[in-house]
Amino acid sequence: MNLATLQRRVARAVMAPLSSSDRMRRFSDGKPMSAIASRIIKPNDRLTSFERMEIYNRQYWFRVLDAFSDDFPGLRAVLGDRRFDALAKHYLTDCPSRSFTMRDLGSRLESWLRRHPRYAPGRLKLAVDMVRLEWAEIEAFDSASEVPVTAAILVGADPAKLRVRLQPYIRLLDLHFPVDDLLLAVKQDAPADIASNAMEERQKRKKVSAVARLKPAPVFLAVHRIENTVYFRRLDREEFTILKNLNQRRPLERAIVTAFRASTIPAQERASYVAAWFQNWASLGWFVV
Amino acid sequence: MPANRFNNFTTYGVGIGLRIPHYDHILTRKPTCEWFEIISENFMVDGGRPLQILDQILERYKVVQHGVSMYFGSADKLNRDHLRRLKNLVRRTKTPWLSDHLCWGSVDGRYTHDLLPLPYTFEAARITAQKIREVRDYLEVPVVVENVSSYAEYHVSEMTEWEFLNEVVERADCGILLDVNNIYVSSQNHSFDPAVYVNSVPPDRVAQIHIAGHSKYRKYILDTHDHPVIDPVWKLYDRAIQRAGHTATLLEWDDRIPSFDDVHGEALKANKYLASASLAAAV
Repeated sequence: MNLATLQRRVARAVMAPLSSSDRMRRFSDGKPMSAIASRIIKPNDRLTSFERMEIYNRQYWFRVLDAFSDDFPGLRAVLGDRRFDALAKHYLTDCPSRSFTMRDLGSRLESWLRRHPRYAPGRLKLAVDMVRLEWAEIEAFDSASEVPVTAAILVGADPAKLRVRLQPYIRLLDLHFPVDDLLLAVKQDAPADIASNAMEERQKRKKVSAVARLKPAPVFLAVHRIENTVYFRRLDREEFTILKNLNQRRPLERAIVTAFRASTIPAQERASYVAAWFQNWASLGWFVV
Repeated sequence: MPANRFNNFTTYGVGIGLRIPHYDHILTRKPTCEWFEIISENFMVDGGRPLQILDQILERYKVVQHGVSMYFGSADKLNRDHLRRLKNLVRRTKTPWLSDHLCWGSVDGRYTHDLLPLPYTFEAARITAQKIREVRDYLEVPVVVENVSSYAEYHVSEMTEWEFLNEVVERADCGILLDVNNIYVSSQNHSFDPAVYVNSVPPDRVAQIHIAGHSKYRKYILDTHDHPVIDPVWKLYDRAIQRAGHTATLLEWDDRIPSFDDVHGEALKANKYLASASLAAAV
């Protein structure tokens, strides 16, 4: 057996889903796992080949499930523990890591969840919103920042020609639910010490009721950083559209015109809105060329 | 060998792994610590807090990079994006040497995020050594490989683990990060004498030594890095130091992490052994 073949066989066994009792399954693709393991792994005086393979199989799942769970506490609050755990196992089975870093484990979760709505029964839109927010937070945390454009450049430029884009760490989200509020509540509730079961149970009940209270409402959000701390900033719809258009490299003038097409902001007030928004965005250093 | 070409002719003493729970203590109290080992992958990002913290650490401390996902032993080709990011980090830290594990963990582009043991075959040694050379040539920094702890052995193996280690480092002409805790863990799991392993390692290739704690279960030992170093591991460390001389030593503590002072205090116990090695060399 050459190296590549051995590694494919071992990886398939190591990454195979665990049983409901978190043990290595007895069969894989209809073949007994004990036979697969004993063809590759030597037994010793204490452990069978199956048991030695099982150590790696369990370690793999405990590791990736822990990392995934750390990354998506909001999704856990939305779905509840049982459904979240089922989703995590199926997602990671369908979409094993393709990156050298576990930071990227959730990179395909949004598209996977849209294709597998049964994992968020009755709450798909809410769950997808939360996944988008939590993934945006991960990306905003450690994406690059560039030298921002100065206000002088913005003021002096021809708006019909000026093209700027947003800092690479900024993520713009149009959401159906105020999941930003929910995620902040979940994180505030996160127990620093989970030694007390009663405390944990109370927090779980609070999260469940917070999810139940969450009513749909359109939310436009920028996930950004100030001094390397990630923040969520609510935006007006027009603000969101301008920023989105700018990030698609559309000229400033066109971005503004597009944003106000269906706007309820009175025409005579729009200039002052735009001026205030730009002042704010520039002060946050959001624009780069 | 206090300083050799595998650790870029440095003479580092005792360090500890840089871990998040200690950031605040280190940045505010600025404690004495000869050097820190960082997990490269934690800082192979484009920006944000990880790099801000790293830059603050680099202003005051010596840093050596230690990787966990190069997977020299995977049959897959090297991941070019990984290498590019790693090189950027090497430029930032100016690490005198760079270590990663003698293991595999990815296949056909899928990652297990584990340090899986290699089959000890000549084919595996050839492929692994070739990749170590490629990484060293690309990064332009000495690359050293660490022996991993393991819980399984393969039927196809053609040699012992220490023979395999020697085969790889000779072929790659690289250094060794000798993890004496991993040797102990594997010796218990596979019933071999750990002293034979330590005595078989070419001392002139040892660039760095790892010490750590582990967890004992009924039928096997797991390399959990969540306990102090036990006496049998200190004995192996003593033997390794007797053979290799005063060598850069690093305590790993990755789970249930105690205070900075406790971790550093545990690491500094190595000084007793290093001092006697230095004395022996002087005599």
